[in-house]
Amino acid sequence: MRDRGLILTGLTIFLALLLAPVWQAALRGSARKPEPKIVTKAKQCVEPTAEMRRNHMQLLNTWRDTVVRRDQRTYLAADGKTVTMSLSGTCMSCHPNKKEFCDACHNYLAVNPYCWECHIEPKEKS
Amino acid sequence: MGEDRRRFLKLAGLTALCAAGKGSLARLAGAETTAAGGAAKQVRWAMVVDPRKCLEKEGCTACIDACNHAHNVPSFDNPKHEVKWIWKEPFADAFPDQDARYVDPALTAKPALVFCNHCDNPPCVRVCPTQATWKRGDGVVMMDWHRCIGCRYCMAACPYGSRSFNWEDPRPHIKDLNPDFPTRTKGVVEKCTFCDERLDKGQPPACVAACPEKAMIFGDLNDPDSEVRRLLRSRFALRRRASLGTQPEVFYLV
Repeated sequence: MRDRGLILTGLTIFLALLLAPVWQAALRGSARKPEPKIVTKAKQCVEPTAEMRRNHMQLLNTWRDTVVRRDQRTYLAADGKTVTMSLSGTCMSCHPNKKEFCDACHNYLAVNPYCWECHIEPKEKS
Repeated sequence: MGEDRRRFLKLAGLTALCAAGKGSLARLAGAETTAAGGAAKQVRWAMVVDPRKCLEKEGCTACIDACNHAHNVPSFDNPKHEVKWIWKEPFADAFPDQDARYVDPALTAKPALVFCNHCDNPPCVRVCPTQATWKRGDGVVMMDWHRCIGCRYCMAACPYGSRSFNWEDPRPHIKDLNPDFPTRTKGVVEKCTFCDERLDKGQPPACVAACPEKAMIFGDLNDPDSEVRRLLRSRFALRRRASLGTQPEVFYLV
């Protein structure tokens, strides 16, 4: 056990680095959260905001299949509103700031939806 | 004991009979309602092309340009990578089973306008392993580009060459991007969809709307009073390689 000091120091540095996000959040008081910027004046998205935050990906998948495969383009929201199911037409008309809105969370979570490989994103000033 | 068993068998038989009778009655009623629903005007979209009217103006590409712009069809320099939705094909190549030696050259000397035939019996649909292409109720042979895995079975199956593969990323090769329609991505097959996005709005396909000579007529084959049916009644029409049994729904007036 001649190397005890060395091992313990190494282990401490390793753990400190590994747990960096935890102690950084503890120091700052809260973890860094992505803040998607909402620029629309509309009070509510097609569904309530909390619902959209959690489930927009499932909603978009359902929209995709309903439009392409079942040839229905109108969505009936829970509150009785009807909207045209279109990513670049409906979603992006309220959220034209893809970089500040979509990418804010997607980059934070390191998810890479492939919507924009085909669908054309609105032009924005970079 | 014997009496009990006899009563039980009688009751069981009667119950089974009632259950069977009710089931078949329900099925009959169901069949009636579906028959009534089916009769409620299912549309069958089809196209009639009048080659004599087409290309009145030499080198007219109005329909092709309109389609390419509406659907963000890329144009690659490499001819092997060509992506086509609607294009011109020499008459002999479009109709290889027609012996056109002595036919009016006004018809055969000009190239024919060809695109997806939206077959009633589409071989591309049969071979697609992911159901990325299928025939809709209104006869449109649709494509789901989200689901296409680029195996190109459909291209091998289509006897008309109506399908194209994106060998490279098409985005940089689109001259005039239409923001209202998606592009495709590398590794995806694409083709004419009879402008399903316009049909939903009650508009005719972009090529039909763009033709200055009204040489393309779009309509419902199931409606005996539609213009396509009227034209097909009054004039003889060719279909491309009809002998293959694909039942193409694009008609070329003679």
